Amino acid sequence: MTGKTKTNPVKRRDFVRKSLHVIVGLTVGGLAGILSRKSSAEETVWQLDPNICIQCEKCAVNCVLPHSAVKCVHSYSMCGYCDLCSGYLQPGAKSRDTGAESQLCPSGAIKRTYIEDPYFEYTIDEKLCVGCGKCVKGCNSFGNGSLYLQARHDRCLNCNQCSIARRCPSRAWKRVPASQPYILRGDESGKFREG
Amino acid sequence: MKLKRLKIFVVALVLLCPVFVFSQVQERFPKPDFESGYVRPDLLTPAPRAAVWEYMDIFVLVAALSLATYFAHNQRSRRNIFLLMVFALAYFGFYRKGCVCSVGAVQNVSYAFFNPAYIIPLSVVLFFILPLVFALFFGRTFCAAVCPLGAIQDAVVLNPINVPEWLAALLGVFPYVYLGLAVLFAATGAGFIICQYDPFIGFFRFGADFNMVIFGFSMLLLGTVVARPYCRYLCPYGVLLNWMSRLSRRHVRITPDECNNCRLCEESCPFGAIKKADDETQPMKREGDVKQVAALLVLLPVVVIGFGWIGSRLDVSLSRLHPTVSLAEEVLLENAGKRTEMTDATKAFRATGKPSEELFAEASVIQSQFRRGGWILGGFIGLILCLKLIGLFIRRRQLEYDVDKGTCLSCGRCFAYCPYEQVRLGLMTPEELKELDRRDVRIKQFRA
Ligand code: SF4
Ligand code: SF4
Ligand code: SF4
Ligand code: SF4
Repeated sequence: MTGKTKTNPVKRRDFVRKSLHVIVGLTVGGLAGILSRKSSAEETVWQLDPNICIQCEKCAVNCVLPHSAVKCVHSYSMCGYCDLCSGYLQPGAKSRDTGAESQLCPSGAIKRTYIEDPYFEYTIDEKLCVGCGKCVKGCNSFGNGSLYLQARHDRCLNCNQCSIARRCPSRAWKRVPASQPYILRGDESGKFREG
Repeated sequence: MKLKRLKIFVVALVLLCPVFVFSQVQERFPKPDFESGYVRPDLLTPAPRAAVWEYMDIFVLVAALSLATYFAHNQRSRRNIFLLMVFALAYFGFYRKGCVCSVGAVQNVSYAFFNPAYIIPLSVVLFFILPLVFALFFGRTFCAAVCPLGAIQDAVVLNPINVPEWLAALLGVFPYVYLGLAVLFAATGAGFIICQYDPFIGFFRFGADFNMVIFGFSMLLLGTVVARPYCRYLCPYGVLLNWMSRLSRRHVRITPDECNNCRLCEESCPFGAIKKADDETQPMKREGDVKQVAALLVLLPVVVIGFGWIGSRLDVSLSRLHPTVSLAEEVLLENAGKRTEMTDATKAFRATGKPSEELFAEASVIQSQFRRGGWILGGFIGLILCLKLIGLFIRRRQLEYDVDKGTCLSCGRCFAYCPYEQVRLGLMTPEELKELDRRDVRIKQFRA
């Protein structure tokens, strides 16, 4: 600063302010530069890793959506098409019929269709599925593990901080690239590899 | 065939029943060969929102910022600012459901800095940077008409009261504390507290947990009398905008022309962001202030270090909010036999087969991060407290009514109170303006 400005407090203040403006501007610019190096044009989305999930049922209630974005999905390529499906039937169910009392799913979201002796196909009605994971637990415990939970991206809002991820006891949730938004099993697992 | 499968099932049941089973993929039953020509259905995997929409968000952000600046600086139109604000509320709030927002982006940025594995999306970077850049040149026009959190509060301002200066100064410390905590928690990976405690996101999504609904409603209710309480006394991003705005090249002014100290605008700002002109009949007291400022400057390093020390002592309690640390504590209790019942989290951890020691090591690394972060956080809060106190004692000669650049949200409410603005708009003639004697002006007349 020169002697000229020293005598005038208003001018001096203005000079300080202008210099600060430039310094802060450069800082913000530098910050933007560093951040852009750490960033990618691609978004991330939330997904749960079914290999870590313990089906604690928190997914059903902790999503910000009234009907959780997490649903059960079915990798048909892994399914045994069992008559006695441990994901469909209550343990110890008397009859292998479609009566509500013998079904594991609290909302009756699993549809059982006869294919050929002795095979049955099980499909999930996502409109009914609440994402509780009861069937997943059954299938993983005694079956092939072809039923598992996934956040469905037609429903998920992709919150900045997934409110399920925060509470997941197994820490199964992570941010994944939007081009590979599912962590799938079986033949389906390769589905998003090519991007 | 059927019988065989049944047998396998029963055997599996007996064998596996007592074991806590995890989602291991196991082919317990062979994949069937279908004879009826049945084709397996595809697993449908609906894609997330397409990338073009992210670009759309960025475009809307830039357009809204530019328009807000134009409306506030060039048009000086409160009506247009308000309309744009309603649009932003609809778009960023109700349509985009409040995510991503610039306020929350602070956390993504700190997380990205300390966790190299996290690739921050470019749109989040822009949501963080652009409002700051605009504020650095034009003031907080982002707050005026673009931020959805600000908009929802602005819409309910009914009968704003003046918050006493001392109370405002006291409450004004909270945003700094909140910012510090949010950065600390995000950087250590403990979570995004700004998102977690966002009072308004529940409105945008028509649902939140009970406590947050109560918090949101009380904020809005309070907002009818204390204008924009979140913006003024909580918003962590507001701190950064405030800093930028203070240095802004151009900032909105109350008068489009000059100020004749008519005092008509004095009470017009619901946010208490108007600096009153000095009463020229009273001489400024300076001597006493200088001594106090000097004393505070001497105290400053002591306060900063003291607060830093306090912050570092909070490491244990703060780090408990990190999931890894809380898990480690639970595992520790169980290992010591102090707790018999396993929690979901510890069950899940034990199923991974990872040795407890590894977890403890991770947890202690996080704890030491909290200790270091606590020093910085505490020191930062101490520094802010001192600077705020010093600010209370430093008086600058204020010759005219003007906005406080840091806290003014550029909402444009005060413009129309200024008689020069009335002249500019053709609602008053220059002759009428001259007749206004600034000492006995009837303020109420112009309030209507
Ligand atoms: S919260 Fe985690 S462990 Fe529980 S069901 Fe969801 S993903 Fe699985
Ligand atoms: S990101 Fe949000 S909407 Fe998606 S699953 Fe998590 S909480 Fe639900
Ligand atoms: S102060 Fe914060 S919440 Fe309020 S309008 Fe500005 S950025 Fe949004
Ligand atoms: S534009 Fe005027 S009324 Fe609005 S915040 Fe700034 S000083 Fe207050």
